[in-house]
Amino acid sequence: MPFIPHTLNDERIMLKAIGVTAIETLFDEIPEDLKSGELTGIPEGISEMALMRVMNERAREDTVKLSFLGAGAYEHHIPAAIWDLVGRGEFLTAYTPYQAEASQGTLQLIYEYQTMMTRLMELDVANASVYDGATALAEAILMAIRANKKNKSRRVLVAGDLNPAYLEACRVIVRNQGIELEILPFDESSGLIDSDPDNQDFAALAVSYPNYFGGLPDVDSLTDWAHAQGALLIGVVNPTAMALLKPPGTWGESGADIAVGEGQPLGIPVASGGPYLGFMCCKQAIVRQMPGRIIGKTTDVDGNRGFALTLQAREQHIRRGKATSNICTNQGLLVTAATIYLSLLGDVGLRSVAIRSHQGLTGLTGRLSGIDGVKVRFPGPVFHETVIQLPVNADQVLAEMAHRGILGGYDLGIHFPSLSDCMLVNVTETKTEQDLTDYVICLRAVLDSIPC
Amino acid sequence: MSEYPTNLRYVATHEWVKLEEDIVLVGISDHAQDALGDVVYVELPEIDTSYQAGDEIAVVESVKAASDIYAPVAGTVIEVNSELEDAPELVNESPYAQGWFFKMKADDPAAVEGLLGADDYQKVCETEDS
Repeated sequence: MPFIPHTLNDERIMLKAIGVTAIETLFDEIPEDLKSGELTGIPEGISEMALMRVMNERAREDTVKLSFLGAGAYEHHIPAAIWDLVGRGEFLTAYTPYQAEASQGTLQLIYEYQTMMTRLMELDVANASVYDGATALAEAILMAIRANKKNKSRRVLVAGDLNPAYLEACRVIVRNQGIELEILPFDESSGLIDSDPDNQDFAALAVSYPNYFGGLPDVDSLTDWAHAQGALLIGVVNPTAMALLKPPGTWGESGADIAVGEGQPLGIPVASGGPYLGFMCCKQAIVRQMPGRIIGKTTDVDGNRGFALTLQAREQHIRRGKATSNICTNQGLLVTAATIYLSLLGDVGLRSVAIRSHQGLTGLTGRLSGIDGVKVRFPGPVFHETVIQLPVNADQVLAEMAHRGILGGYDLGIHFPSLSDCMLVNVTETKTEQDLTDYVICLRAVLDSIPC
Repeated sequence: MSEYPTNLRYVATHEWVKLEEDIVLVGISDHAQDALGDVVYVELPEIDTSYQAGDEIAVVESVKAASDIYAPVAGTVIEVNSELEDAPELVNESPYAQGWFFKMKADDPAAVEGLLGADDYQKVCETEDS
């Protein structure tokens, strides 16, 4: 499929043919208040030479030996076979052709991915993915409003113990849709949100499991509360954790309606901002409100198995302005990585990763409790991440630990002023006993060096 | 050649309406089902919900398009054709009988008289085709 850009001359001829003077005038019908205007926060472009200089300088800063940083992206072991296979030309350079069914291999791969995700979430259907976990949640909120026809409310409750970056992305995406997001505050002693029968008249409730602090809210009662109010329940989950914890499809009396999350832990390296992978699953009853592509299995005229895009009437090339979403792409390459990752590990392997990550964290928190003034901020069970309270502000401790080669965690004071003496610490199966010992030695040394 | 039964009233957006006392029966015309192609799904309104004339009330999806269906008159939905959930092809096979969409209790049954007759609706379709 060749890409043929148009030249300035081509543009001039086309504009003349339709009697328009400038390309910008083609957008005149968009109301002024909906235009974003100039992108003032983005600097001017720079030359390749200058860019290489900047990137090399930044790369030299990246000398940290050990990372205990989670907060939404997690460092798991990635078997070498995954990116060797993903890097093959057939996957790496493929773009779904406009006649998607010509690429049976691509479609089969997405179909396998969808099957694995539905099994992991114990829900009926999955789409072919969206950009990342945050946009998946925003799409789930828009989807829930469309799907919940019995409930006229455009108010959505969002758990305050959800990743703050997700909340920010959701606010930006739904702000022009007439949807009211209400953040449910978490309990300062448990770090969890709870159901509140007095809070009524909302179309959906979004909860996080595990939550941003690694903790486990009571998703059964939260799900039943939402359903009792005629609202849909959106579960934001960590896919690795679902091999060990309760999958969304089994929450409460009738299960979560939509499950979304960040697919990065499934074979995708931690990188500054991505590219990552948003997954999205739902119950069959609301599949027509799900955005994005869905691949189905079918048989051709000769009775052979084949794969096809299905339910396309939801999509913008057919549904136009009333499409379920105007972002109809998917993260094909990262879906490929996640699919190979899940295939290589299998259910036993994924569960083993989840258990070893949990055990690693438990091992670390046990050792940390031996340091004066250091304690676990929120009691109660956690998955592979927890909040550690320090005798001083976390930012200076983390900066000093990084200076000594360890990313010790995430400074929670950035988003939660009341937790400025707390850091969010993650352990995965990649960390050895020695790593945990090194962490404790480093933290102890740093605290000794800081006057309290 | 599409059929345009003369005992029905029509809307230019291709719904047909049959008045039985103060109840209106609504579906889409033979011309509309032919233009849409194989219907694969019909999203029906909720019972007991009220609509104004011209409100979006249902959606019909075919293999090549999704189209909104508009309430032909003001009223309240009292029954939907749930057979369409499992057999949306009835819209193609029998647009004026088994393929009906929903029944409404009309706020003002006389409003149906203001809709298009078969001849006028046929002219609308022929203008669209030409």
